[in-house]
Amino acid sequence: MVAGSRPTSCRNYRCWIERLNHITESKTLKFALEKTTEDMEQQIIRETFHLVSKRDENVCNFLEGGLLIGGSDNKLIYRHYATLYFVFCVDSSESELGILDLIQVFVETLDKCFENVCELDLIFHVDKVHNILAEMVMGGMVLETNMNEIITQVDAQNKMEKSEEATLGMRVSFVTVYSIAR
Amino acid sequence: MSDVVEKTLTALPGLLLSLDSQPGAAKLCATSRLGSLVRSITELTSKNVGEEMAEPPAGPRSPKQMKEIMVRAIYCEMLGYEASFSYIHAIKLAQQGSVLEKRVGYLAVSLFLHESHDLLLLLVNTVLKDLQSTNLIEVCMALTVVSQIFPKDMIPAVLPLVEDKLTHSKEIIRRKAVLALYKFYLIAPNQVQHIHDKFRKALCDKDPGVMTASLHIYLKLIKVCLASNYKDLTDSFVTILKQVVGGKLPVDFNYHSVPAPWLQMQLLRILALLGKEDQRTSEMMYEVLDESLRRAEINHNITYAILYECLKTIYTIHPKSELLEKAAKCIGKFVLSPKINLKYLGLKALTYVVQQDPNLALQHQMTIIECLDHSDPIIKRETLELLYRITNGQNVSVIVEKMLDFLRLSKDEYTTIDLVGKVAELAEKYPFPCSVWFIQTMNAIFSIGGDVMQPDIPNNFLRLLAEGFDSDEEDRQLRLLAVDSYLSLLECDTSGLPQRFLQVISWVLGEFSFLKEGLEPADVVERLGKLLDDDAITTETRCWVLAAMSKLCGSSDALCKAEKVAHKYTSCLDTALRQQAVELELLGRDVDLRTRVLPQHGARNQLEVDSSLSFLDGFVSDALARGAAPYKPPHQRQEELSQEKILNFEPYGLSLPVSLSACSLTDRQSPTALSLSSSLSGNSADPPLKAGSNLLKLEGVKRVWGKQGYLPEKQATEEALAQEPSSIFAPSHQQACSESQQTTFSTIVEQDQEKRQLASSLFVGLGSQNAPCLVRTVAQNLSDSTSEAVPAVGNTEVVEASEVSSLSGGSGPLAQPSSQVERGLESDLPSRLPATLVGLLRSDVEELCSGESLSLSACKVFDADALVLAIFLSNISDSSIQEVSCLISSEQLKVPEMCSTFSVLSFYLNEFVLFSLFVCFSLCLNHLYSEGVAQCQGWEEHLNLGEASLYHSVSPPASCSCRPLPLTTEEYGKMWLSFSHDVKQNLMLLKHEEEDQLEAALTALKEKLCLHIVDVIGAEGIMACQLVSGRPCLLHCHTHGGMLAIWLRSPIADLPDCLLYHCQKAIQER
Repeated sequence: MVAGSRPTSCRNYRCWIERLNHITESKTLKFALEKTTEDMEQQIIRETFHLVSKRDENVCNFLEGGLLIGGSDNKLIYRHYATLYFVFCVDSSESELGILDLIQVFVETLDKCFENVCELDLIFHVDKVHNILAEMVMGGMVLETNMNEIITQVDAQNKMEKSEEATLGMRVSFVTVYSIAR
Repeated sequence: MSDVVEKTLTALPGLLLSLDSQPGAAKLCATSRLGSLVRSITELTSKNVGEEMAEPPAGPRSPKQMKEIMVRAIYCEMLGYEASFSYIHAIKLAQQGSVLEKRVGYLAVSLFLHESHDLLLLLVNTVLKDLQSTNLIEVCMALTVVSQIFPKDMIPAVLPLVEDKLTHSKEIIRRKAVLALYKFYLIAPNQVQHIHDKFRKALCDKDPGVMTASLHIYLKLIKVCLASNYKDLTDSFVTILKQVVGGKLPVDFNYHSVPAPWLQMQLLRILALLGKEDQRTSEMMYEVLDESLRRAEINHNITYAILYECLKTIYTIHPKSELLEKAAKCIGKFVLSPKINLKYLGLKALTYVVQQDPNLALQHQMTIIECLDHSDPIIKRETLELLYRITNGQNVSVIVEKMLDFLRLSKDEYTTIDLVGKVAELAEKYPFPCSVWFIQTMNAIFSIGGDVMQPDIPNNFLRLLAEGFDSDEEDRQLRLLAVDSYLSLLECDTSGLPQRFLQVISWVLGEFSFLKEGLEPADVVERLGKLLDDDAITTETRCWVLAAMSKLCGSSDALCKAEKVAHKYTSCLDTALRQQAVELELLGRDVDLRTRVLPQHGARNQLEVDSSLSFLDGFVSDALARGAAPYKPPHQRQEELSQEKILNFEPYGLSLPVSLSACSLTDRQSPTALSLSSSLSGNSADPPLKAGSNLLKLEGVKRVWGKQGYLPEKQATEEALAQEPSSIFAPSHQQACSESQQTTFSTIVEQDQEKRQLASSLFVGLGSQNAPCLVRTVAQNLSDSTSEAVPAVGNTEVVEASEVSSLSGGSGPLAQPSSQVERGLESDLPSRLPATLVGLLRSDVEELCSGESLSLSACKVFDADALVLAIFLSNISDSSIQEVSCLISSEQLKVPEMCSTFSVLSFYLNEFVLFSLFVCFSLCLNHLYSEGVAQCQGWEEHLNLGEASLYHSVSPPASCSCRPLPLTTEEYGKMWLSFSHDVKQNLMLLKHEEEDQLEAALTALKEKLCLHIVDVIGAEGIMACQLVSGRPCLLHCHTHGGMLAIWLRSPIADLPDCLLYHCQKAIQER
């Protein structure tokens, strides 16, 4: 499984995040390289998965460019959480350690939004994951690194979602219960 | 893969069921449909079915259903199935849906489409509408999608709206607007030019978030445009950083109690760019950098991230010794850290820094050695990268050995290509510990690098063999060695050898096997013939082998064998191969023709080549008269093909028939034209090679090897190059010693000792004497050799051209020139130039070498019709010098009479500047083209009285004989049409991010090569220059993408080629 953000075509800071599951082959949610064909995307994901998954625990979290991700200009920075890999691809001017912590922020945010995030959350709420990521990284640039701020934004949208459903009169009570639980 | 998916999802149904029974189930109803899709996909086997599943059910759909379907489509795309049918629905959803559906619609659009997708145009109206909405969330969504993906042409439509948002009351909107503008700047810099002052306002925004966002823009602007435009902002950036570091931001911005770390890093990056090579600006930031270093004490990843950024900044800006000291300590923290990530960064930092300060590498040598044996290949590679940077003539063999070891284990293709290139570069740069080593290393490279390595590596190697070095004897030796090693290789099993290697082998054997006495050509032919038996070898390699055979069939015996082999291929289906075979047979029959076309190596130089193919003129004009289309060189055809759809920007008389000689070999890739045709049509610039193998693409290849050694010399290596050859053998000798010693120690000591030995062999030749040297004897060797070489006879010092290399090589007896002298060089020496030379363009006065009391400097003066070399000898000691004799000799360059009177001089000196010497060379045309480059270097070597490399860096040789040619555009146009010889090539521009690539490239060319810029029109520029002898050459440059297409024309055949090479070099060095 790959969940991720696509850095769109901004050259300066292309990043995509992938969630690689050890069981499944890699798949992507969002993709980074401009005008890559579908096949190319899959190939990149596979290569990335291949590179990342065979690395031990006690090695560094950085991988230097393979041919597919654009040579020495780009590097992969990944973090491994249980069965998930979060992989960012960034250009050479980005700070490696900075990105590592950014992944941490992302994961912590996911954790807060989904309350103990697990793989299935990421599969079934693909759109939400993307929205959270869009709050953090916009057009390939880091926009927000403050977790509370991100959650506020995401919550504002969620609230709207709920209120909308409420006005439609659909299962009002359930929704209220749910939002209180939150 | 479906079975794999299945495994993941077997747990799904249960989960969904349990969810259904919960109160939140309503919310999950959309998801459960996605769930069923997921489930069904697991049961599918083919991609097509996957698409069917994603296909929305027929009939009217509410936007709400649409939203669910869209999420399904996203999921399908994620799995790698194409869901292009849903793209239009995504746009529709973004347009029509309520806020909630809009969000999914926008998301789907930004995930599905790429920048130049046609459907994006349909989105513009929606974005416009949403930007004007009163609902904050809608505005946010619109800005997000704009910053992620937006058609370039439509920017003017939304720009005013986005600009308005910069003054919005909500900071989140302002922030997103800034990033959207950044995106616009990236894709269309011209269109946001007018709002640069608004960026400034964003920088001063009261919300730190908006300010942070604006930093992205400034980082980009400073990187791309001239940093000088933004120097006035340095103060603001420094103040901001001070405030951030000082904890003035709200606590919200803290991350692990570090105030806004990402903001700090961004600011540090900007400061690095601003302070680069600018002392005044750098001075403004010293304080805050010091503060940052001090504050970054807490032991957390993020502080190290800041620290690393800080280090980079400190080493980029104008140096300040105090800061450098602290930074060096910090690097130690990284390198010595047990955390692997930090160690990696430490190595990176060292790699970055080591060119400025090799001592740092010495301090950490033991750590570096440990990293060499680290289990993580990434760390290993980074270490090798570091070693690569500190390579010099003495440690090259050890370092190359390490690299090859790594390569043998590595399986990653990218790593292999990269490292093999580096090893080849090192081996060519320092081919002597000895020739055997060189050949062995190259063999290792070929067999490891295989067919993935850069094609110019074998090409360079072959050229090196063909052109040779300084002495004929050495060349012969080297070639003989190569022949020997290849013959023995052919005896073993050849099936594992890569194709490229086989090609190199066959070329070398074909060309040089005559050097080996007692070796029958027939024997060689037979061995080569065996190669052909292997089915695995490619047609291309077969061609090479046949070409080699045709060179070998001098004796009847060999001919007989060769023809037998070739006969098999005369009916081959592959035309290239068949031609080769037929040529071999033909040449075998006609001995006269053979000796003319394929003379023995030594005689090749005299081969006359009619590169203009004038003998074909009659044929061509006949054909034209009969209405044939004029010939177009392949590059032109290609360009026309690629430009078919866009406007043609080529202005200068392209419709005329283009000269025939133009592209010749550079464009011909297949070996079909080998031997006969290639030797006739070849460019005469490199006759010996062209005749033999046209696969060598010489013009485009970066020239890294010259008679003096590696051309783009790095500072760190200069010293090493000048060392006595004997000391170069020191490391290997050391190793031998160490091995015998080791047996006496216990194992632990042994290992330690081993590492120390390795360290001493790796780091030999680095840094100054105060650097810790682990093995004393190496230093001993050096000082021994130098002390013998320097003749110090009281106050009388003899400076002799041939001897100075040893004088400057020894670091011991050399006195550093005092600052007073340096100042003197700058201000005083040029004033000693004779009046006739004063007003002319000249290079900087550069110190070539200095002894205890004498210093020698020189500068080049570009007279209109000659190159004058002004040599200054100055007294740098306190006492006066009685007598100086000076001998200038030059073999390769004809030194005019004027100089010969200076050849031996004796006189008395007591002043600061002793005397100046002016050598005037009227350069003949030959210096630029044909053997040009080699010759230029030849005389430099002799005249600079010492370190060739030092002198070489004064300015490239090309500019010595080029002069600007002032023309108007009209004159240019006329001349362009009248010139017959042209060459065209695409050069890679390294700095993609530059705003005006063309201008930067033109300026670089102008400065480096003394060209005159005639005109710049849009993305094209035209330039003109002439040789000292008055022969013109015109250039036409045109940028597209990251490429610079250069087109040169001149009335002289080889001038464009030669100039192209220099252009290439100038662009690369830029």
